[in-house]
Formats: sequence, structure tokens, C-alpha cells
Amino acid sequence: MLTIENLHAAVDGKSILKGVDLDVKAGEIHAIMGPNGSGKSTLASVIAGNEVYEMTKGNLLLNGEDINELDAEERAHKGVFMSFQYPVEIPGVSVTNFIKTAINSSRKAQGLEDMPASEMLKKIRQKAALLEIDTKFLSRSLNEGFSGGEKKRNEIFQMAMLEPKLSILDETDSGLDIDALKIVANGVNKLRNKNNAVIIITHYQRLLNYIAPDFVHVLHNGKIVKSGTKDLAHELEAKGYDWVKQESS
Amino acid sequence: MAYTEEELKKELETKEYEYGFYTNIESETFPVGLNEKIVTAISKKKNEPQWMTSWRLDAYRAWLKMDEPDWANVNYKKPDFQAISYYSAPKKQDKYKSLDEVDPELLETFNKLGISIDEQKKLSGVAMDIVIDSVSVATTFRDTLAKKGIIFCPISEAIKDHPELVKKYIGSIIPSTDNYYAALNSAVFSDGSFCYIPKGVKCPMELSTYFRINQGGTGQFERTLVIADEGSYVSYLEGCTAPSRDENQLHAAVVELIAHDNAEIKYSTVQNWYPGNKEGKGGVYNFVTKRGICHNNSKISWTQVETGSAVTWKYPSCILKGDNSIGEFYSIAVTNNFQQADTGTKMIHIGKNTRSTIISKGISAGKSQNSYRGLVQVNSRAHNARNFSQCDSLLMGNECGAHTFPYIEAKNNSAQIEHEATTSKIGEDQIFYCNQRGIDNEKAIALIVNGFSKEVLNKLPMEFAVEAQKLLEISLEGSVG
Repeated sequence: MLTIENLHAAVDGKSILKGVDLDVKAGEIHAIMGPNGSGKSTLASVIAGNEVYEMTKGNLLLNGEDINELDAEERAHKGVFMSFQYPVEIPGVSVTNFIKTAINSSRKAQGLEDMPASEMLKKIRQKAALLEIDTKFLSRSLNEGFSGGEKKRNEIFQMAMLEPKLSILDETDSGLDIDALKIVANGVNKLRNKNNAVIIITHYQRLLNYIAPDFVHVLHNGKIVKSGTKDLAHELEAKGYDWVKQESS
Repeated sequence: MAYTEEELKKELETKEYEYGFYTNIESETFPVGLNEKIVTAISKKKNEPQWMTSWRLDAYRAWLKMDEPDWANVNYKKPDFQAISYYSAPKKQDKYKSLDEVDPELLETFNKLGISIDEQKKLSGVAMDIVIDSVSVATTFRDTLAKKGIIFCPISEAIKDHPELVKKYIGSIIPSTDNYYAALNSAVFSDGSFCYIPKGVKCPMELSTYFRINQGGTGQFERTLVIADEGSYVSYLEGCTAPSRDENQLHAAVVELIAHDNAEIKYSTVQNWYPGNKEGKGGVYNFVTKRGICHNNSKISWTQVETGSAVTWKYPSCILKGDNSIGEFYSIAVTNNFQQADTGTKMIHIGKNTRSTIISKGISAGKSQNSYRGLVQVNSRAHNARNFSQCDSLLMGNECGAHTFPYIEAKNNSAQIEHEATTSKIGEDQIFYCNQRGIDNEKAIALIVNGFSKEVLNKLPMEFAVEAQKLLEISLEGSVG
């Protein structure tokens, strides 16, 4: 699905990622953990194509295709989705209108007609039910006045609607209470299948109690310094990041 | 790769004003300059009665003693009023009885503007008056309306056919000496629309006037008069475009609305005069006076979408004279490149229990300046007056400006006046968020701007709202940051 080769990235001339290699196959869930400032969110943004970050070296391959030069929206059209750590507000644009625009933009890129309204509505109802979202919520302005939990649930709702091949969840657990965390995790579990893949970016392992990763990687100082199974997450929880930092230095 | 401010700027700059064509219609244009002879000649050309000629001349003499206002937050080279021709008309003189008689070039113009008169007749149920340069060239649906007693015709015809109505109301809300441009308009207006809705009649369709400046070196000075008699209702639309020219053209219109007891007038404008090119050359100077009076229990609602003109100076206002009357002003003003807009409203509360609402949305891009200027005045007898004002500004890029000048004068202790104002900026993070969902920059801006303007767009009649949304997308040839 996604192959990252020797990825280097910088922001404002400051080097953040210093040679990341990662291979994510369809059907897999990978967790990327690491201390603050290790480059986790940068990795998510670079994969999504955020221009603020400059990719200085390396390769990004999506299903074997080089996506280095693609715009963020072109990557999205190819099935890359990112759940934002801090989703932005767009006043006056309803959740429904936004997702409709997003879906039809991708369809247009694939040479398809707009999704018929009835089909859209059916899909919205179905996905809202799956994620236990009150449909009244969908007529509200995107993220405006949403609680932390509502924002994250809205991200997962969009993921459900867009049916991406590769989803990157950037600190999805931050700002969530335990109930909201369970709902979001349940949503992700329901959406996973053998054809899609998920990368979970997280500082703490608590989200991983609800979404079981196949692989756990530790990012430190811009490099993956340790990889393992989900046992690694427990070990990190017990020993703290200093353990990996020491081991890698 | 994805979005950068520079790339976006370039991408958006490539969009051009799509109504910038000129139609080669044979026209009759007066020599440039303004004097009593010209004023009299315009009046004579229109076969006007003596009282009208005198009214014009009085206005002209008043105008000579007035100074061009300079308090607005706009900078421009003052027009040379002696370098303008004050009358230009497509040459064919008679009013067209059927479409077959219309100059094919003119029909082509309508098509380019997206107005198919024939289609309009059948489908949308909009009665339309079309004013090119100085004269009204086609009015549709007149017979249907006449059956209900509704008069909808060029004002030049109303002066001849309904002098009692015109004489009674013209200048009654905006006296010919009201301000510099209103005085000029009163002296030289050559056409415009007239509308009278009789007592108790709800006008069954939208009434619409389409204004276009075609000829170079001319100004357009149209005059609109809408009278809603007791208990009647009318929804009125106006749209405006002009060819792209290097020179600045002057548009100085006057619109007067009269809402009698229990009547309602909804007046919507989509103004898309040529805004000048991206270096700020050319464009229409839009100096317009619009005012309505509300008698008891009546309502006037102004809705405007202003995307065009190099300089806009316009304050559609309501005099809430009658008890329980309501005034509303909903506005979207978009400025880009070197455009300047100073626009807003005046709500004058005179009657008891009068209410007014002001929702103003200013969107500035490029190097433009966008000002809201509004007055809420509560007179001493206006017990329990209420006003709510909301002025929101959206900035795109770092070189434009948004300004708010709210004036409040309350002379009655029972008045409740609320004013809210916000300023926001389209952020790179918003654009990236949209990009990540597969939405390109252009669409993202359209989405954000339409969301910002939603409260006002919702006030427009359906078919106009769609047009206005498209217009917002086209107009924003600016930057985001």
C-alpha cells in the first residue's frame, strides 16, 4: 500500500525527518509512537502532502506509484486520508455540504459524475449510524463550536464517507475522554478491512488498547529506531521513551 | 505540490471578467459635456412634460452649487463631468413589440449575458426590464402584470402614461438636492424602471431590471421608483454589467422605494459592473443613492451582492417612519485587486416599535479596500426601537484592508441596539484541510467564501442566489494567506 523510503523532510530549513523507512501493506494497522518532537506529526503531514513541509530526500510510493510530486488533493483522490490532530473550522459550511463537496471532487478526478443526492443521503445515514452520530450534527457548521470529541468523531465520519485506502490518524486520541475514545476506536475497527490500511500516530498507547495494531514503530529524532508488535507499545508504556532514547543513542 | 500563497495568487489572477464584451449596436450618443441645454435636450428626447423638464433643471442648478463628497474611505481621480456623454441609446427608437424586431446584435448581447428573454417568459416567471446605456430596450410580461393592475415599465413611459404617480413620488424619498450624485442623476437620468403594485396585490412574479453600460465615454444614470401600495408585496431584482474599458465610467443611480401601510418590498441587487483590470486600470465608478420609506407595519428588505465596480459608494437605507415597520439590509461586498468599496446602510427609526437588522459581509482580496459604513439612528419618538447589526470581514492575503465605521445615534432610552463585528482570514490551514479531503484550492475558497456569506445568500431569491454564488467564485482573483 504505502512504501516510505529514506524519507527526509524539513520545515523552515530545519531538518525533522532524517531517513524514515516504512512499509505498510493492505489490511494492516501500524502504530507510530514517539516522544514529543520526534517528528510524528511531520511524518503524517508529509505523507498527506502538506506544502509547509519540504521533502528533501527519499520516496513515497502509494501502491507502487511515486506520489512525491502530487498535490495534497491528488493524493486524496488516490485514497490518502488524514484525520487531523486539530481539525479546522469552516463557518457556514455544514458537515454535509463539506463531505458532499469532498466526495464529488474525488469522483470528478476519477471521471465520475456527482454522486446522486439519494445515494449520498443513504450513505450519510448509514455511516452516521455506524459511528453513532446524531444526524442533526451533520447540519452544523464544520467543526464550529464542536467539542474535542465531536471534532474527532467528525474526522472519523469523513473517513467513513470517503472510504480511503490509507488512513493516517494523527493524535486522534488527544483531547478525548474515555467514552469518545471508545466510539472513535470502534468506528476505526468497523471501517478496517483487508483492502485498506491505517497508520495511527500517537504519543500514548491507550488508543491501542482499543485498536489493535499489527506493528508498532518508535520514532525518535526523525528516524524509526525500533519496530515490533503491539507488545512493544506495552513495553513503552511501562518503561517510558527514555528507554528507547538511550538504546538508540 | 499542494498550495502555496504565491501559486494560488497566480492561479486566481488568470480569471477574467466574463462580461467584458462590447456590442456593436448602432447608437445615438449626445456630445460630451453638461449644461442646461443638454439637460433640456434629454428631457425633450424623452418627450417629457414641462414639469419634468423644470424638475431636472432645478436639480441641475442645485448640483452646480454642490461639492462632490469626499468623506468616504475611497481614493480615486474625480470624474471630469464635462467629459462624459449624458445620453446614449441603441438607435432604434421604438419600443420593441416582439422579439423579431429586436436588433440581432442586441439579442446576442442578451445571450452572452445569460438572459434568454424567451426562456425567461416560459420558465422562471421573472418579468424583466432591460436597460442598455440610457434607455430601456425590452420589458417582458407587461400584459400579464397589467391584469392585476401592476404597472411595470420604463420610467420614461411612466412619466408620460402615469404622470400623477411619478409626480407624487419621484424625489419624495431622495430629494433632488439630497446629495451630489442624486442631484446629478435627477438632472440627467434618461431611463430606469418604474413599478407600482396596487392595494392588496401580491405581485405573482419577481420583477427584474437588467442594466448594462455598453457605449464608451458615457455615463449611466438610471432611476428606479418602486411603489407598493397598502397591503401589497413585491420582490424586485436588479443586475448590472459593463464592458471592460480602460477608462473609468460613471454610474450614478437613484432608487426610491415606498412601502405603504402593511406593504412589503424586497429589493435584491447583484452588482457586477466592470471592476477594472488587475492593475487597477479602468472600471466603473458606482455612486448610487438608494432609500426606502416604510409606513405603518410595512417592511423593506435590501439584499445586495456587490462584486463589481472600481469604486463603490452606496448605502441603501430605510426610513422607518411608520409604527411597527421593519427595515433589513443584507449585504455581501467583495473587493479584489484595486477595487474600493465604501458601502453600508442607514436605518432611521422614527415610528414606535420599529425594528431593523443589518447583516454585512465584506470580503477583501488583492490590494483592495472594503469598508462598511452604517448609521443606526433612533429618534426621540421611536419607542421600543430595536436594531441588530452584524458586520463580518473576511480577508484574503496581507495587502487588502477591511474597515468598519458604525455610527449609532439613540435619542430614546427604550432603544435596544446591538452591534457585533468579526474579522477573519482564510488560513492556509483551512485550505490544506480542504485539499486533504480532495478539494482543490479554487473550490476550497469558494466553499469558505460561500459559507461566510451564507446568511446573506439565503436571503436572495433562488435563481439569483445561484448566480451570486458563481459570481463570488469568479470575483475572487486574489490571494489567500
